Amino acid sequence: MTQLNEMACQELVALITDYLEDALSQGDRQRFEEHLARCPDCRNYLAQMRVTIRLTGALKGDSIPAELRQQFLGVLQQMKRGSSSRRA
Amino acid sequence: MLRIANGMVASPALAEDVVQETWLAVYTGIHRFERRSSVRTWIFRILMNTANTQRTRDARSVPFADLRRELSVGEPAVEPERFLAGGEGRGPGRWSAAPQSWNEEPEAHLLSGETFDVIRRTIDTLPPGQRAVVILRDVQGWNPDEVSEALGVSRGNQRVLLHRARSRLRAALESWMWAASPRLRSAAGRAENAGPYP
Repeated sequence: MTQLNEMACQELVALITDYLEDALSQGDRQRFEEHLARCPDCRNYLAQMRVTIRLTGALKGDSIPAELRQQFLGVLQQMKRGSSSRRA
Repeated sequence: MLRIANGMVASPALAEDVVQETWLAVYTGIHRFERRSSVRTWIFRILMNTANTQRTRDARSVPFADLRRELSVGEPAVEPERFLAGGEGRGPGRWSAAPQSWNEEPEAHLLSGETFDVIRRTIDTLPPGQRAVVILRDVQGWNPDEVSEALGVSRGNQRVLLHRARSRLRAALESWMWAASPRLRSAAGRAENAGPYP
């Protein structure tokens, strides 16, 4: 029989970001962790979420397209030439 | 920056223009930066203003300022069908189609180029607010205060957007893992609550 204050899986899923952000009340955090301790399915869900966040973080290495970088440098150089000719 | 701009204007070419204009504005305006915010928040606001200016020139662009509208529509982290309604001695809200463990999956599989493609592609499909928050928080590593300030939303709303984005990314990864792993599919066949989906 489920006690009234026990957290259900569906509620845990809704609160998972608050948990990871340390934004849960002390009471909710306790209920969350108690549920996690006895629910392997939710432990799997949390693990999947952590993997997802880690993989997303690994995207940071994506560099800007070379063509865009060249265009930008070209514009910068034009600006520099423009300002130096004004000083002359 | 390009990824965020792509969510705010109608075409990749326009997004490139926006990013280029932003960097020029940064370059020419940096001497006026007054340190009332962090440098990168300041840069991001320039990006937003530049994209909004571009947007008003082009009626096809998605209004980024409509974060309020985006936030006003609810979005469950996981489809309700994956939970039990209750009865049969089990409480309501328990998993009916439970998430699987990925611990036994070979690391090479998880770290393959394809998983990054799944994440990138899914980020590209996110609504503008979700896309911006997940890129700034999880890809770029900004802290919550910086993101709230940059987007002009409360910490709570920033968290809601992050929650929705992460939920979608997890779901996309789960679908891909399911399709790509015979081991996960056969494990689901043996389990009491069968795996994610048909």
